[in-house]
Amino acid sequence: MSSKIIELKDVNKWFGEFQVLKDISLTVNQKEKIVICGPSGSGKSTLIRCINRLEEHQEGTIIVDDTEISADTKNIEAIRAEVGMVFQQFNLFPHLSILDNCTLAPIWVKKMPKKQAEELAMQNLKRVQIDDQAFKFPGQLSGGQQQRAAIARALCMEPKIMLFDEPTSALDPEMIKEVLDVMVDLAKGGMTMIVVTHEMGFAKEVADNMIFMDEGRIVEKAKTKEFFDNPKSERTKLFLSQIL
Amino acid sequence: MNYLDNIIKPKQANQNTLVIFGSILILISFLDVVLLSVFDINLTGSSKGISFFLPLLLGFIGMYYIRFDHTNFPLINRFNKSLNIDWLNSIFTLLSIFVLLKFVPLILNWLIFDANFIGTAKEDCTGGGACWVFINVWLKRFVYGLYPDSETWRINLAFILLFVTIGASYLAKPKFKKYIILFLLFVFPFIGLSLISGDVGGLVYVETNVWGGLALTLIVSIFAIIFCFPIGVMLAMGRRSELPVVKYFSVGFIELWRGVPLITVLFMAANMFPLFLPEDVFLDKLIRCIIGIILFEAAYMAEVVRGGLQSLPKGQYEAAKSLGMGYWRMHLFVILPQALKIVIPGIANTFIALFKDTPLIFIVGLLELLGMIDLAKTNPKWLGFAAEGYVFAALVYFVFCYSMSRYSQKLEKRLSTER
Ligand SMILES: Nc1ncnc2c1ncn2[C@@H]1O[C@H](COP(=O)(O)OP(=O)(O)OP(=O)(O)O)[C@@H](O)[C@H]1O
Ligand SMILES: [Mg+2]
Repeated sequence: MSSKIIELKDVNKWFGEFQVLKDISLTVNQKEKIVICGPSGSGKSTLIRCINRLEEHQEGTIIVDDTEISADTKNIEAIRAEVGMVFQQFNLFPHLSILDNCTLAPIWVKKMPKKQAEELAMQNLKRVQIDDQAFKFPGQLSGGQQQRAAIARALCMEPKIMLFDEPTSALDPEMIKEVLDVMVDLAKGGMTMIVVTHEMGFAKEVADNMIFMDEGRIVEKAKTKEFFDNPKSERTKLFLSQIL
Repeated sequence: MNYLDNIIKPKQANQNTLVIFGSILILISFLDVVLLSVFDINLTGSSKGISFFLPLLLGFIGMYYIRFDHTNFPLINRFNKSLNIDWLNSIFTLLSIFVLLKFVPLILNWLIFDANFIGTAKEDCTGGGACWVFINVWLKRFVYGLYPDSETWRINLAFILLFVTIGASYLAKPKFKKYIILFLLFVFPFIGLSLISGDVGGLVYVETNVWGGLALTLIVSIFAIIFCFPIGVMLAMGRRSELPVVKYFSVGFIELWRGVPLITVLFMAANMFPLFLPEDVFLDKLIRCIIGIILFEAAYMAEVVRGGLQSLPKGQYEAAKSLGMGYWRMHLFVILPQALKIVIPGIANTFIALFKDTPLIFIVGLLELLGMIDLAKTNPKWLGFAAEGYVFAALVYFVFCYSMSRYSQKLEKRLSTER
């Protein structure tokens, strides 16, 4: 099970003068789970947002599912449809019911018949345990429920890869667990996942590999156990001592 | 001693008595104002110069006595809470009521009691008030302009069809509803237009020169409203586009059209534009004017819509993109529904302004409602009834504008999904 699905080679990115990503190289295999951590501003969000081209990189190559992502990529939408993303701020569509949030893209991007899309949506909502909220609007749900709905919405596109950008940092403590439980379940189901998070308990439970980023670089990449038991870099040690 | 104390300082124990006493004082004060202004009878005998001072004083004392936190009279409680909070508030209340009492009777007299409604000529207006005979006699012109009497059924038919289709769209199943609405917006206007102009099936052709009155107001407004909206939305999206050509075209268009007065636009549309057209191309003056209004209002609409687009958080765009939606799908299903909902008040505002701007087409010789009234009031047989005409116009405009305003409020409520 080691066919690679994402490959980044020497990726550099600038915001104006400021270099956010420096020589990032990384391969992700199918079904692999990677957790990225690092201090604020280290470029974690930018890195995963380059993978579905919500941000453009200026140098290096990014290959997702055998397609190189660049300015000429004609079918960037097709790639995005395969890469699900979950945001810190949920970003549900407030004018649509939870069910419609889930069926919108399958119907209009994948051309799925409405009925089938609704069945799929209900399945995924059941999976994240909010099928009873299907007809409510996002504004009527708690934060934890909204984030689970957002996960269900991404799953409805039946993506090959899921990206999570700090999915629990906007949540009250009592809601974090319900979202993490859903993510653990998803990981066990064999999804390829890249997760930016500081929930180290979650990382220890599901991650195959850990990445520590600082100042735009991947400082350390290691098997999860090794990363926590025996970090090599001083900066990683310091960071871990601060958050554990 | 005790007695005096009660009068100066209202006591809870004497509340009922004081409230009744205060109310009587207030009523006397109102009665005095009414008698004075309507019948010229001076109840309190004060001299004319201070004729409002005495009722004010009486009312003020009365309101002082009824100002309890809680009384046994619900009406008084309500009055105290909103109109009699403290002494300053009570003075403003009294003055406002006096002004109403003085002027409302005068206005009602002019509008109704001293007015003449029935007749066929100016001479039938013998009362001191408004001469509604003027409106009555000219009503047909005000509604249909100079459109030939024998053909007005076509205008009626067009509008009846319009209302029937609107009604059908309410009753239809959701599945057909959107088709009816699309038909209403983009097909029906042209059917109506050909029916009224008569370039179909053996109808007498009626030149747009003679179109006018309220019918013309509505024709111009309906076309302008229907078409300025999508153009405005496209311009708003264009202005935020990443393609420089699209962006600068939109910016240029918006700034240019917003920068000229509508009256200039209309004048150019009517008199200059044909010079640029090839010899054999003929565009009717009315159509040219409507196009001018559409483009002018589209520029305003664009800025209103842009406000809505800008107010959406970036996350909405990103979420739509991350689900694989391209530019058009993202805007159609995610961005515009939210942005437009936010700017409903601004859109209604623009539509109402557009509606009230239609009289400006008089500059090119087209006479809608206000234009027809202006024409009628200069008719030698009917000189001197401008006021009646303008009051009538104001009323008609108000009815339409207020309906639009109410409708937009209802729409806003219906579309609200928040919290
Ligand atoms: N659109 C932008 N324009 C300019 N600078 C940006 C932009 N987005 C991010 N940055 C900068 O890039 C750096 C990396 O940002 P990024 O959001 O990737 O950090 P992060 O590791 O996700 O941090 P956090 O933990 O706070 O989310 C930060 O210094 C940030 O200020
Ligand atoms: Mg981040």
